Amino acid sequence: MEKNWPLWEIFVRSKNGLEHRHFGSLHAADAEMALENARDVYTRRSEGVSIWVVESKNITASNPENNGELFEPAQDKIYRHPTFYTLPDEIKHM
Amino acid sequence: MSEAQLKNTGTERSRSLEEIFEQRIANDEKIEPKDWMPEKYRKTHIRQISQHAHSEIVGMLPEGNWITRAPSLRRKVALLAKVQDEAGHGLYLYSACETLGISRDELYDQLHSGKAKYSSIFNYPTVTWADMGAIGWLVDGAAIINQVPLCNTSYGPYARAMIRVCKEESFHQRQGFEIMMSLCNGTEVQKQMAQDALNRWWWPSLMMLGPTDSESVHTEQSMKWKLKRKTNDELRQQFIDQTVPQADILGLTIPDPDLKWNEETGHYDFGEIDWEEFWQVVKGHGPCNKERMNARVGAWERGTWVRDAAMAYAEKQQDKKVNSAKAV
Repeated sequence: MEKNWPLWEIFVRSKNGLEHRHFGSLHAADAEMALENARDVYTRRSEGVSIWVVESKNITASNPENNGELFEPAQDKIYRHPTFYTLPDEIKHM
Repeated sequence: MSEAQLKNTGTERSRSLEEIFEQRIANDEKIEPKDWMPEKYRKTHIRQISQHAHSEIVGMLPEGNWITRAPSLRRKVALLAKVQDEAGHGLYLYSACETLGISRDELYDQLHSGKAKYSSIFNYPTVTWADMGAIGWLVDGAAIINQVPLCNTSYGPYARAMIRVCKEESFHQRQGFEIMMSLCNGTEVQKQMAQDALNRWWWPSLMMLGPTDSESVHTEQSMKWKLKRKTNDELRQQFIDQTVPQADILGLTIPDPDLKWNEETGHYDFGEIDWEEFWQVVKGHGPCNKERMNARVGAWERGTWVRDAAMAYAEKQQDKKVNSAKAV
């Protein structure tokens, strides 16, 4: 009886100083194989210096249908942005 | 509420969702996997993305034929890298397709059972080394024309996969043109070989861009969803206009007596495409349809024990970890 290889999400740091970014996904039997496959699938042209693999089932994602409740509260808090505050024109570099 | 009323509110809700959805696409917003989408959008995307993925995977077969017989190490490493890219492109696309809620296994089943299609061009044989040149130059050239607009398509995972594919594809076309160049600058026999390859691949390359607009059933809806940004006929014209001068540089003759520059339209006029041949190939009666599917299904089946063994090994390792944790 054949068991399917699970799905893994692949994150790659393209160079030191940058964050790992989601590159895509692939199937592999375990984490080690996921790393090896990710090397071949996503970094054939030196696109990365570090790879993270996470089994897809371990990712919890927010539901876009709840985007209102989740993200709208930030929209009316303009006082969190520097441009909310008035300064005299003479002030530079602030 | 009565059942009829309930049902009615349901339809209204989905209609308004659909309007919001269409509006988002019209505003050039991207659609992401967990967003609400009409069932038809999901199905159409599964069909197109998987067809595209299958084409990359089957597309490795005609070229695989020449890896061991490449005329130099330089040509061999290039061809190997190209075929490996195609495997990679297939994988990017399969994983984009899976975000629409279909499993890799179902996708493979559809390919292996013949339910899903792949590009008609890969059902032609690669009989000489020059075919590696013609495929890179013409087939990858036509593919690029088809793929570049898809980097902007509305479905996020597909657009992102296409950006990666397009970045890698241009080496494919260049290495093909270089092969043609070398043959055309070689002996008379080599030049004839290049001409023969062009003769065989020209028309299938034009067909590869899909049926003519009036016959294409999906074009209108696909344009609306930005799954297609130009019609098949527009893409074909673009391909011809860009390729004819390249053939001139090679000193080769395009096998179309009706091909001629039209001053008025600013495009090349070209001869009638044999659509009967195209539909025959699409329906499974091309020169290599059976051979390609046998190779693909055979490789998949012969690999079963490897996939099973890898899974058994992974489980064993996992058990070991759990047991040693218990012991502590």
